[in-house]
Amino acid sequence: MDKRAAFRSWWLPSLFALPQIILILLFFYWPAVAVLRWAFTLEPPFGGAAEFVGLANFQEVFADPLYWNSVGVSLAFALCGTVATIFIGLVLALAVDRQLPGSGPFRFLYILPYAIAGPAAGMAFRFILSPERGLMASVNAVFPEFWNPAKYGSHALILVIVVFAWKWAGYTFIFLLAGLQSVPRSLIEAAAMDGSGPVRRAVDIQIPMLAPTLFFLLVIMMTEGFVGADTYGIVDRTTEGGPNHGTDVMVYRIVEEAFRGLNYSGASAQSLVLIGLIMIFTFIQFRYIERQVHYK
Amino acid sequence: MRISVTTSIFIGLMAGVALGPSAAAAEKTKFEFWYGLSGDLGERVQDACKKFNDSQSDFEIVCTSQNGYDTTLQNTIAAYRAKKQPAITQIYDAGTLDMMLSGAFVPAKKLMADNGYTIDWDNYFGGIANYYATAKGELNSFPFNSSTAMFYYNVDAFQKAGIDFKPDTWEQVEEAARKLKAAGYECPLAFDFDTWQLMEQFSAIHNQPLATKANGYNGLDAELVANKTKFVDHVKFFKKMTDEKLFVVKTKQLGMEIVPAFTSQTCQMIQTSIANHGTIGKSLPEGVKWDVAMLPVWNGTERQNSLVGGASLWVLAGRPEAEYKGAAAFLNYLATPEMTEWWSTVTGYIPVTKTGFDAMKSNGFYDKAPYKGRELAIESLSFTPTSENTRGIRLGGFTQIRKEFSTAFEAIFMQNADVQAELDNAVERGNAVLRRFEKTYAGQTLN
Repeated sequence: MDKRAAFRSWWLPSLFALPQIILILLFFYWPAVAVLRWAFTLEPPFGGAAEFVGLANFQEVFADPLYWNSVGVSLAFALCGTVATIFIGLVLALAVDRQLPGSGPFRFLYILPYAIAGPAAGMAFRFILSPERGLMASVNAVFPEFWNPAKYGSHALILVIVVFAWKWAGYTFIFLLAGLQSVPRSLIEAAAMDGSGPVRRAVDIQIPMLAPTLFFLLVIMMTEGFVGADTYGIVDRTTEGGPNHGTDVMVYRIVEEAFRGLNYSGASAQSLVLIGLIMIFTFIQFRYIERQVHYK
Repeated sequence: MRISVTTSIFIGLMAGVALGPSAAAAEKTKFEFWYGLSGDLGERVQDACKKFNDSQSDFEIVCTSQNGYDTTLQNTIAAYRAKKQPAITQIYDAGTLDMMLSGAFVPAKKLMADNGYTIDWDNYFGGIANYYATAKGELNSFPFNSSTAMFYYNVDAFQKAGIDFKPDTWEQVEEAARKLKAAGYECPLAFDFDTWQLMEQFSAIHNQPLATKANGYNGLDAELVANKTKFVDHVKFFKKMTDEKLFVVKTKQLGMEIVPAFTSQTCQMIQTSIANHGTIGKSLPEGVKWDVAMLPVWNGTERQNSLVGGASLWVLAGRPEAEYKGAAAFLNYLATPEMTEWWSTVTGYIPVTKTGFDAMKSNGFYDKAPYKGRELAIESLSFTPTSENTRGIRLGGFTQIRKEFSTAFEAIFMQNADVQAELDNAVERGNAVLRRFEKTYAGQTLN
């Protein structure tokens, strides 16, 4: 024990940890406890006596078919968004990692979209991809009804996923590029000397060695897709959950219920369910996928 | 819950900033006013604050835009719960019932009486005051920026299409739309899924109920009935016209909203707020002839008054006594005829008092070109004394109920869903919102 660099007293380490503990208490546990309390009562917006209603809020949430619709939409959004961002980031990272002439500026350019706030990106794409005025208007002129996110829920879902992928591909790109640069050059050079092309090297050497990074990104992007502030911002600025609940993701529904509908209790119940779902997903990811990604 | 935390931090910071640089003017009483208007209209509110601060030396009002009606209500709630509320806040029509039941305000009448101002409460237009008043007719908040929906049409296009009548009835609107279409206009009438014009105003002027219990004024146990009135036929008419491409949906998701569609002369008729009168006049190219009319009615309808929209000013409870003196002084200042006229001139909102309106009328304000037509809004609002169906809408969670209906419109007009089934569905979901609201405020009664 004495050989480890340990603190002799308890108060000094506690002091160091204090700011962090206060932050967590203030910004995580305190709101979480409030949510917990509101979920079992009927909270009037301005405060005051709130009646305890047991599980009524949860029963109401689970009995609502539109809630299950939003769970489905969220799943589709998070899965497609995650796959798209990781795939695009991976392709870009593999390309930049080859260090062809001029790849430096591209490395910088690919990261840029990540610096743009989700709502701003959503606003821009709403104009760019609007069916009657934007880029797609000319396509629609030739093939009527080819693209209409104001009419078809599936198109609207594609629209929000495109914005999400556009923004977050830069983020996965950074991590994947860093991961690729830690793959020993000698392995790749040896494979190249054996005559394998860039695609074969990527599939057989680089991607397997990126497994831990890919797993990390999978967890992060799934969580971001489910509860990220960008997910709300993008949906809010493009489709507003429509058409006819076609892009009504869970976070959008919660914020709408709480802050436009002033239904704090119903929204709290939905938040708790969402937290539970995230915990289950993360558990599955760690339990079954993480096992596959270790290499020696 | 992340948003409520950031909001409260923001409010904390704001309070800190507001308290900071006050050493120089320590003898002045400072108080805060939060409002939801933004952009051009928001700057006009700032002008009003500046005028008040320059007009006297006892008080200083600090005005902050919260960038939207719904965010103002949200931030007011967060601030009230954190005991950092402003003295005055601007709450939109749909938030009125939430405020009334909150117990978080000082009633308008009490505030003015306590601070020694005598206000002639009958001076407010009935159609406006009734919306915000208690069952006994006492005002809880001050009507501030008031509007109503109007029908805008492009006179040049009408002439080119050989239409020689004003669109007073929906039959005439249909005829005009057909003639415009025949004359080569692709978009005779534009509409969106805003329930305010399509449902609420329509129901009022046709004297149709939206909900039982006098649209909620007589009790929290009101139920929506909009799926059983003339409104259903009206939606079916809109659907038929849309299928014939005479009425065209314009939303921001499709690329253009109705007001730009009108001002770019893409579409020739729209229904929108009188508050857009100024913007439309400024945005249309010089020389284009256009006009406003009261909303059309169906032939054989006895027209009723339309509903007031916009927002009112609430004075929040729990502030120091000195701030209420300032708040009363500010509200009294806003109600002076000069300020009423100034506010209506620079914005397009209608004057809320009879004396304000009369002063503007006798000045010849409504005869001049850019403002001509705005008097029709007053005419529309005070067309008849208010009936049970036209007094206003006092339903809990009304923002959510509006959303249920606009989603139904989306399904009907974009996805070809059945009109009756979608409206039934919206009513059923809206009633669930009402029942939850009733339970949340169990034991409270409307007064």
